[in-house]
Amino acid sequence: MSEIRIERITKTYPGGKAPAVRDVSLTVGDSEFMVLLGPSGCGKTTLLRMLAGLEYPDSGRIIIGDRDVTDLPPRKRGIAMVFQSYAVFPHLTVFENIAFGLRMQKRPNEEVKRRVDNAAGLLQLEPYVARYPAQLSGGQRQRVAVARAIIMEPSVLLMDEPLSNLDALLRLQFRAELKKLVSEVKTTTVYVTHDQVEALSLGDRIAVMREGQIVQVAEPMVVYDRPATEFVGSFIGSPPMNFLRGTAHSDNGHTQVAIGSQLLPAPPAVGQAEGVLVGIRAENIMATATAPASGSALQAETVVVEPLGSHLLVTATIDGQVLKVVTRTDFPARPGDAIWLQPETDKLRWLRASDGASIES
Amino acid sequence: MATAALAQRRTKPRRWHLYVAAIAISLFILVPIYVIAVAAFTPRTVLNGFPKPLVPITISTDTMQAFLATRGVGQSVINSLIVGAMTLVMSLVLGTPAGYALARFAFRGRDSFQLLILLTRAFPIAILAVPLTVTSITWGLYDTLPAVAIVHTALALPTTVLITASIFISVPVDLEEAALTLGCTPLGAFTRVAMPLALPGLAAASIFTFVLSWNEVFASVILTVSNRTLPAQVLASLGDSPLPYRFAGGFALILPALIFIFFIRRYLFNMWGRVVR
Repeated sequence: MSEIRIERITKTYPGGKAPAVRDVSLTVGDSEFMVLLGPSGCGKTTLLRMLAGLEYPDSGRIIIGDRDVTDLPPRKRGIAMVFQSYAVFPHLTVFENIAFGLRMQKRPNEEVKRRVDNAAGLLQLEPYVARYPAQLSGGQRQRVAVARAIIMEPSVLLMDEPLSNLDALLRLQFRAELKKLVSEVKTTTVYVTHDQVEALSLGDRIAVMREGQIVQVAEPMVVYDRPATEFVGSFIGSPPMNFLRGTAHSDNGHTQVAIGSQLLPAPPAVGQAEGVLVGIRAENIMATATAPASGSALQAETVVVEPLGSHLLVTATIDGQVLKVVTRTDFPARPGDAIWLQPETDKLRWLRASDGASIES
Repeated sequence: MATAALAQRRTKPRRWHLYVAAIAISLFILVPIYVIAVAAFTPRTVLNGFPKPLVPITISTDTMQAFLATRGVGQSVINSLIVGAMTLVMSLVLGTPAGYALARFAFRGRDSFQLLILLTRAFPIAILAVPLTVTSITWGLYDTLPAVAIVHTALALPTTVLITASIFISVPVDLEEAALTLGCTPLGAFTRVAMPLALPGLAAASIFTFVLSWNEVFASVILTVSNRTLPAQVLASLGDSPLPYRFAGGFALILPALIFIFFIRRYLFNMWGRVVR
């Protein structure tokens, strides 16, 4: 019903050297939860503000549902937005804050009352409707902002880092609540964040942005397991994906990648590239304290061992290249010990060293 | 415990400084007002004696009554109020949009504009005496209150613009953007969100404007003959009037400003359910 089509949007701020958003196209399906993820300055907020109508693109079109909204002001787009700073009106009570949009539509009082009560209930704000925002905590203010947005029953809900001003515990709690809420109201949602954990936990799909462009659009687990570029792999995940530099060799139909003096079997396509980056997540490496009988384990030297409660995070080097490995807490390695690392073959990512792009499709 | 004690030790001396400074400033302002007020309500005979009383032993409104009964004084008080009100309205109507534009929009020549409006204050008004008089005569405004109010507005506008600009800067632009996404037009976002939040600041700006107009004497002296504002009236008759008249005039000049601040105080200290003590 309310699909969003972004077609070749470019936006340069006055005085800006490079475009904030460069030739971006993206389609968000009806009632899909799309997360725009990227480091600060990557253009994700600019893109969201253009969806809201708070900025206008230099070129390209934005279509919401069947309507081209590119040149429409925010009030004619059928959107609602939640701001990072909450942006609740300090001079209005919680009730009037939530009712603001309905008042603008000149809805009858009974309807306003009914819908505000309903929205306040959804966000557990009933005890506070008579209060002013100054009397609320940050988390409660953000609830007001969310209630104020969803009461509009918008065709598109836009959220600009709504959790980033909350403290860690509250953020965790509100994140789950938000996910439940959004899945209940079934609104097409675009959510901007720089927090990869938020992106992974909330999104139906994630669009990873960098320097004004979208690098990869995919489901969270695909972005996590199969990053399209080195940037995506190192931006998402904690710890970030390990990347080992190597050179590819092909003979007799066997392709291998040399990492320092050690060899790792690789798929044939990798042989086309000269310099290769091998990507592997810390938890997809099996570490052993003694050389395994078979397989292609790489020998490494332990540098640091950090107990993290549920597991150990081992920092090791393979011929001078650093990587992180997750092991069980009873893993016996100490700094300086030799260990053997067996990557899970199907979790290996092969990238061209020249541009950091994925080799296989 | 330890940290609390430490915090207390840290804040205590600062409090002391604060109180001493507050008392000193208050005395600096209140003592002359008090002396004038006492003198204004002391009978002529007591006032002429020596030492002069520092506490009002005998209160009488004779002096004030005499002052107010002096020909032209009553009318000049009313004139001053009218001119102050006109100045306030005109400078807010003209200054608020300019201040808003300065705060919100990056337009070409913004910095020069900000500098140029201050230059109007750098221009000595005495030089303008003849042109102002001639202009007000040709416009048929000579010896009328609007003429004085227009000059006062010109004097007040630069500060009104700069004060309102700083007020609107302090209103987060997010709030207006939120209003836009909730169905407001840009004008609606201004009147429903930015304006109410700017009210305390605008109140402060209007006090400033009113007091400026109330105290300004030059424009009234040169532009009016019969329709004088209070300062001009007092000034005109100051030289040849007795001491009690001067005290009464001084008190009459102070009082309305005090009353105005008293009524507008609410907007300065108590907004949106949060009381600043």
